[in-house]
Amino acid sequence: MSDNSLNNLPGGFKGMSQDMGSDQTVFKGVQWGKVMMWIFLLSDTFIFSCFLISYMKGRTSTVVDWPNTSEVFSLHVNGVPVPLLLIAIMTFVLITSSGTMALAVKYGYEKNRKMCGWLILATAIGGLTFVGMQAFEWSKLIHEGVRPWENPFGAKQFGSFFFMITGFHGTHVSIGVIFLFIYSRKVFRGDFDKGKRGFFTSMKSDYVAIEILGLYWHFVDLVWVFIFAFFYLW
Amino acid sequence: MNEIENKETVASTHKIGIYLWIWGLLFVLSFFSYMVDWFQFQGLLRWTLILIFMFLKAGLIMAFFMHLFWERYALVNVLLWPMTAIACFIGLMAAEAKYTVLTRLLYFFTGG
Repeated sequence: MSDNSLNNLPGGFKGMSQDMGSDQTVFKGVQWGKVMMWIFLLSDTFIFSCFLISYMKGRTSTVVDWPNTSEVFSLHVNGVPVPLLLIAIMTFVLITSSGTMALAVKYGYEKNRKMCGWLILATAIGGLTFVGMQAFEWSKLIHEGVRPWENPFGAKQFGSFFFMITGFHGTHVSIGVIFLFIYSRKVFRGDFDKGKRGFFTSMKSDYVAIEILGLYWHFVDLVWVFIFAFFYLW
Repeated sequence: MNEIENKETVASTHKIGIYLWIWGLLFVLSFFSYMVDWFQFQGLLRWTLILIFMFLKAGLIMAFFMHLFWERYALVNVLLWPMTAIACFIGLMAAEAKYTVLTRLLYFFTGG
């Protein structure tokens, strides 16, 4: 937002019609990388939607009872089954990491290098914890006999949807964790303060990259909100 | 443009309070949606509560953590209108699923 004239543009729908219709840059004040990340996330939304819609179709159209997720994903604490315990913890871990990421973006724009770096590191560790718990959940279910083609709890389609949807989400988290570690190193090293040129690009680094990384990470959290609601709770 | 942004000429940064508030709200909403399962609400009540908490959480994340609340409408609308295509797809596949399950019930159990 270095362009001060941005503040004098009309906002709301009037602003939108002017941005769109004026034969000039449409997304005023939005760095191009951010727009590209949003477009990518939009396409990713469609992919996850297709998974969840096919899950809806599969679950609705089977004549066999769907497994009771409350029991399937329960953990035994002192011999007492607690429903969805692991999933609840995973949800809280992911939200926590989303919060630290949001703060990292804020401190990044304030050029607070150390806070930004530590918060990104905290986010990465949160993500790593999430993936670890997901690996535990997968191995537990596989041990109990859940396969993409069968499971002991009910409708056979359950396994394929479970592995596909949570696996695809887990892949996103894993890729995010890798990038978070890379970016925390870059922040600590001061790449974004010095405008150091990146490994793959000749362009100068800027803290807007942290916001773009944040967009991806919040999106991963966002998808989990839908998976949690539709797959685990429904 | 938003008044908070006017103060900052370098980049869009917001007060820490708003992030902490949203963070707290997300925790509370997640806790509530977990409680839906804990108390074993069933049927329409369960589905309604799940959807309400889900959309509230998604809305908060997108609006404040992903900064859409502060973005120009040109970007917000480009991102949100394609969702109507997904809504249509959900509608189509829900109808298709009903048809599939009915034909399955018809042929598996009554033999046509």
